[in-house]
Amino acid sequence: MITNVLEYLENSAAKYPEKTAFADPASHCSYQEALQASRSIGSALLPFGQRRRPAAVLIDRDVCSVLAFFGIVFSGNFYVPVDPKLPAERIRQILKTLEPFCILGSEKQLSALTSSLGETGNYPLLSIETALQTEPDEAALEKIRKTHLDTDPLYTIFTSGSTGVPKGVVITHRSVIDLVEQFAVAFDFQSEEVFAGQAPFDFDVSVKDIYNVIRNGCTLEILPQSFFVMPKKLLAYLKERQVTTLIWAVSALSVLATLKVLDKGVEAPLRKILFSGEVMPMKVLSYWRKHLPEAMYVNLYGPTEITCNCTYYIVDREFTELETLPIGKPFPNTEILLLTEKRTEAAPGETGEICVRGTSLAPGYYNNPENTEKAFIQNPLNPYFPEKLYCTGDMGWFDKDGLLHFASRRDSQIKHMGHRIELGEIETVLQSLPFVENGCCIYDTAAGKIVLFYQSRENEDKSILQGLQKHLPKYMCPNRLIHFDRIPMNSHGKIDRARLKREFLTGGETL
Amino acid sequence: MKEKVMEILKELRPDVDFESSQTLIDDGILDSFDLVSLIGELTDAFGVDISFDDIEPENFNSADQIAALVKRLEDED
Repeated sequence: MITNVLEYLENSAAKYPEKTAFADPASHCSYQEALQASRSIGSALLPFGQRRRPAAVLIDRDVCSVLAFFGIVFSGNFYVPVDPKLPAERIRQILKTLEPFCILGSEKQLSALTSSLGETGNYPLLSIETALQTEPDEAALEKIRKTHLDTDPLYTIFTSGSTGVPKGVVITHRSVIDLVEQFAVAFDFQSEEVFAGQAPFDFDVSVKDIYNVIRNGCTLEILPQSFFVMPKKLLAYLKERQVTTLIWAVSALSVLATLKVLDKGVEAPLRKILFSGEVMPMKVLSYWRKHLPEAMYVNLYGPTEITCNCTYYIVDREFTELETLPIGKPFPNTEILLLTEKRTEAAPGETGEICVRGTSLAPGYYNNPENTEKAFIQNPLNPYFPEKLYCTGDMGWFDKDGLLHFASRRDSQIKHMGHRIELGEIETVLQSLPFVENGCCIYDTAAGKIVLFYQSRENEDKSILQGLQKHLPKYMCPNRLIHFDRIPMNSHGKIDRARLKREFLTGGETL
Repeated sequence: MKEKVMEILKELRPDVDFESSQTLIDDGILDSFDLVSLIGELTDAFGVDISFDDIEPENFNSADQIAALVKRLEDED
């Protein structure tokens, strides 16, 4: 029985030592090299003497980031990918929640971080370049493995939190092992496959790239962000590297459809296209299916807290533009319960909150018991022994064929460009700006824009954007700002969101 | 036309200095979502059809290049 994801790496290194495991346009490493490098990094972390503690990794879209992840796992700890391009304030918040025993990154990244964080960034640093030079201490690494449990954490990924503090989801080895074992069967992954990684490593879509690849002895081609504004290069690269498999955010497939990337034909042997993150627009799917009719298309659904995905739907028929794809059926070893407001089971066909049960559940949020208690609850249908459910906040319903459909959100969380965003988090930062008297954010679903309404003495569009950018990643910054001398209020003394929606949002008059 | 292009750009990303930047694509100042929105706005405003072959860094690295691309496509019509 597999209890540690490193066994996947070791097994593939034994079977395919010379085969490329990870590559980016500038570098590549074989399974054997990946294993050696990870052991070196793991050994470089041993002097810290830590177990089951977080180490942050300043990520880039390159091979080194993946090696750093495995190195941390070899050291008996868990990794936390952090995008160094995030605003300093947000990095500071993440580090404060995490108190990592070490931050790994390239020398260049670490010195940039030190200068942007200043004195508040007093965490031990380790450069990946130095760590790679360390002689592996096989005996010490072996000893760590003997006391490992599959319920130990593997990684933590941060997501937007409505109170203004990002939440770190802790995911265990066991959950990731369950995920890739189920994927291998459901999608018939073979060692010949070449994955093209689109998602950044602090986005859990990339977890599927890394672990499906090492489980099955495949190759992961890590794509640079720039390819998505230079689609010709992207297309040439997919062909050159003979990419077969994409596990991508819906938003990335949408971008390529809008840029008409497939119009001139595709020479890469793409066979499997899996997507998640938001509702797939039917015209985007039609575009891909038209140009790559032989490929398998899979709609995946699930939040980070249940380890990437809990349901899937293999597209098996034509859809009209007015239909939406089902999110399908749960993976084996996962159960979906639909709960009503009263926490009873929804009747057949009735809409309820999608709640998940199974080994895929995160133990909770790191250093955050309040939010953990709110989202991970005792199964209300089981009063007899402790058993957790994760409540996704997504509403859904089962059709007569037993396929699950997504209906809506129950709160103000939105999906924007593939990212999960709590509008409350943007509002918290907005209200903290001294020149803002009042304000709120509303998502214009039809236009795909975050619209920010605010009240201040003068127009402060530019200062507000600058203020928000100090705290929030770019994808959370509003796409439209609307200034008021006096923002409309309702009779309860609250901002009149209904009126703002009606007057300012696309198709608002029909709301 | 340059003015209209500038207006679209400023609306799209009020935080970027489009007067001076010459490396909008090369330096990743515009990401893929910006590019998609921009192409949509240009199509709506000028009625031009921006094809896959036009989506090259040298057509989108500066406001001048974007205006030149629109002009060329308008002339071709």
